[in-house]
Amino acid sequence: MHKKNKDSIVLTDGSCLIIEALARAGADAFIGYPITPANLLYQYGSQRMELMLSAPDEITTLQWMSGLSMTGKLPVTATSFPGFALMTESVNMAYMMELPMVIILVQRLGPATGTATCGAQGDLLLLNGIISGGHPIPVLATSDFEDCWVLAAKSAEIAITLRTPVILLTSKEEVMTHRSFNMKNLSDISPVVRKEYQSAQKYKPYAATNLVPDFIPVGQNKHQVRFNASTHDQAGILQHSTKEAIDNTIRLEEKITKRMQEFQYYILDEQEDANTLLVAYGISASAARSATSQLREKKKKVSLLIPQTMLPVQDIYLTKCLEYQKVIIAEESINNQFGRILFGQSIPDHVTCIGSIAKMITPEQIVEEVYL
Amino acid sequence: MSTNLLNTDSLPYCKGCGHDLIAKHTTKALEKLNYKALDVIIVTDIGCHGIIDKCLNTHTVHGLHGRSVALGAGIALGLNHPDKKIIVFIGDGGATIGLQHILEAARLNLNMTVMVHNNMLYGMTGGQTSGLTPYGFRTTTSYDGNPFGGYDLCGLLQSAGSSYACRILGIGDISDKLAVAIGTKGFSLAEVIEICPGFGMKLNPKRKLGEIAESSGRKPGEWINRRDKFEMPVTKKTNNLFERAPLIKKEFTHYLKQKTTILISGSAGEGIQLAATILSKASMRSGLSVTQKGSYPVTVGVGFSAAEVNLSDKHIFFHGITQPDIAIITSEDGLAYAKQRIKQMQNGMLIIDTSLEKPITKAEIVERDFRMVGAKYAALYAILYYALKTGVISTEAVFKTLDQEGLQDKFPLALIKDALVK
Ligand code: SF4
Repeated sequence: MHKKNKDSIVLTDGSCLIIEALARAGADAFIGYPITPANLLYQYGSQRMELMLSAPDEITTLQWMSGLSMTGKLPVTATSFPGFALMTESVNMAYMMELPMVIILVQRLGPATGTATCGAQGDLLLLNGIISGGHPIPVLATSDFEDCWVLAAKSAEIAITLRTPVILLTSKEEVMTHRSFNMKNLSDISPVVRKEYQSAQKYKPYAATNLVPDFIPVGQNKHQVRFNASTHDQAGILQHSTKEAIDNTIRLEEKITKRMQEFQYYILDEQEDANTLLVAYGISASAARSATSQLREKKKKVSLLIPQTMLPVQDIYLTKCLEYQKVIIAEESINNQFGRILFGQSIPDHVTCIGSIAKMITPEQIVEEVYL
Repeated sequence: MSTNLLNTDSLPYCKGCGHDLIAKHTTKALEKLNYKALDVIIVTDIGCHGIIDKCLNTHTVHGLHGRSVALGAGIALGLNHPDKKIIVFIGDGGATIGLQHILEAARLNLNMTVMVHNNMLYGMTGGQTSGLTPYGFRTTTSYDGNPFGGYDLCGLLQSAGSSYACRILGIGDISDKLAVAIGTKGFSLAEVIEICPGFGMKLNPKRKLGEIAESSGRKPGEWINRRDKFEMPVTKKTNNLFERAPLIKKEFTHYLKQKTTILISGSAGEGIQLAATILSKASMRSGLSVTQKGSYPVTVGVGFSAAEVNLSDKHIFFHGITQPDIAIITSEDGLAYAKQRIKQMQNGMLIIDTSLEKPITKAEIVERDFRMVGAKYAALYAILYYALKTGVISTEAVFKTLDQEGLQDKFPLALIKDALVK
């Protein structure tokens, strides 16, 4: 990965960067349906992806994507909570069947349809429990335009490497705002190489190497392929609760918790002797970055942590939050969802949360909290 | 006895279950049509029919309740191969849950065949009424008989556009009839009426399949649409979205002293967003960093239209604007939307059309008859006036942007230039 030297400044938006990055990383199908504020992603997907189809509803979207994924495609969709809620069972199916795909979740103000054109950060707790059984699903969150590029490509890589659906978490303000952007900051993206099962020996669809089963598309005529959404053994045959089948379900959990250690992304910008740590992800990271810069200009020492791999949650987030005397989490919700994932219901006294609904958290709010 | 496609003769259903007939005659029909096991993908739904996988030598996919047709459709779209056969097994319960998926696959005429195991109730879950349960048929949730009639599935499919649909009584050798459905190019469905000895037979003793079909108006038959086979739509694609985002070079000088936040607010359809884009690009041409976002009601053609623009000579992290430094208001709608924020402005500048009432504010108020150049052009005039009045960027940078974007002829530029210097 290298960056270019020449300035190439454009006026662009996060949606454009995400779709272009996914396409370069090997995503080749976009299944869309209209939902605000994900419509720009749908529009770009229709212009860029080799195969694009408009689905009639949310469940069809995920089912078509799953079928496409079985044939070796890497499908993408973009949605927001109301649509994502309807996809939940199918996301579980894709997780159980181990189907690579990327779902871009653009957060907006809830509950229910809430306000379609108002940003929010209210879906993290939902994602933390979206798979029945509590198994973790990979979630990456973009915090700026470069993340839209890099993390979109990483989502594709994780989806294929770990054979799993991946959620790229973003929000209305990130994907609908235009910015001047220097494209020389963008690293090259190569298509993710998908290895297919090559052996002449009988293929066992859910026999795993390093926790991930080998892939071979359905419909080819070398090996019989079975996909199964119900509890199944390594052959992909439905079982009630045989040891082999339950071991397979346990492997799903281990696959994500262990192998996601290869995909730990975060930005940690520490200042020596700082005793305050600002923590922010997604849209609130822009306010935290601005606050950090303002505070440092005033010679106030402060460290900044921007989690990018949100789930499964990385140990370092907790370690860092326990190292500092004062931790401020900025999140556009009123219930400190990230803090609750880190600490459960007992959030320590040294950790405070700046929350907000229906409006973005400002750098000034964070600066004020630092001086409190 | 096993066949090329079935690895056993002993299927896992209750004795006398119609599912046994459908599975055996589907595989028999496939063999008659010379399909090899690995050219066939059988997708099963939830229901008793769905436990067939282990008996099949084909590719097998076992999905969710009601969703198997959409899942099979995804495979059909991904393979898009005339020699591969996607067969979906689904019950009448699954067909009820996923009716939309069936209609959609029929509408697109995808290359696949659906076998509906219609035993007129949900079998696996305990004999409950489905959307295909005929009027008067007794189930565990309608002991007195179903008070409603069932869907005419084949009729619905014909109007949705399926190439072929048939309704068959599940008696005797049905393989030739199923072969007609399987051999169809495009979407086909066979609705096989059968009985569940576990529930249907017990609750409806002495009733015969033919009589039930006849009395409920669901006689066997064929429903055909002459359609071309499915072709994947070919549409023009770009292989680089950035091709549509032209590079902007610094050609002008700016005189911005500090980060400035600008709110442009007017009416939908009066070019507010375009004017904001022109301001943004002209500022970029002058070496500034910008952010730009739009706000408008869900009905994009009426009411207000507002844009928030940040200008800075440094990188802009945070793009939110609480109080603008500059408010540019070109219409009544725009004023109504921005009024509260204008009232809270402690300094800065309000640039407002002469025709509008001036809100109480601590900002400097500058008024101008922007709308005299035409309502659609007032916003462009206003941003040019902002450039001229503040000198932050030059009007040349704005005109160059219009030129680069091919927009010179879209605006009455002579009139606007004239108005600017007056
Ligand atoms: S319960 Fe009914 S549908 Fe299920 S296998 Fe037995 S007879 Fe067939």
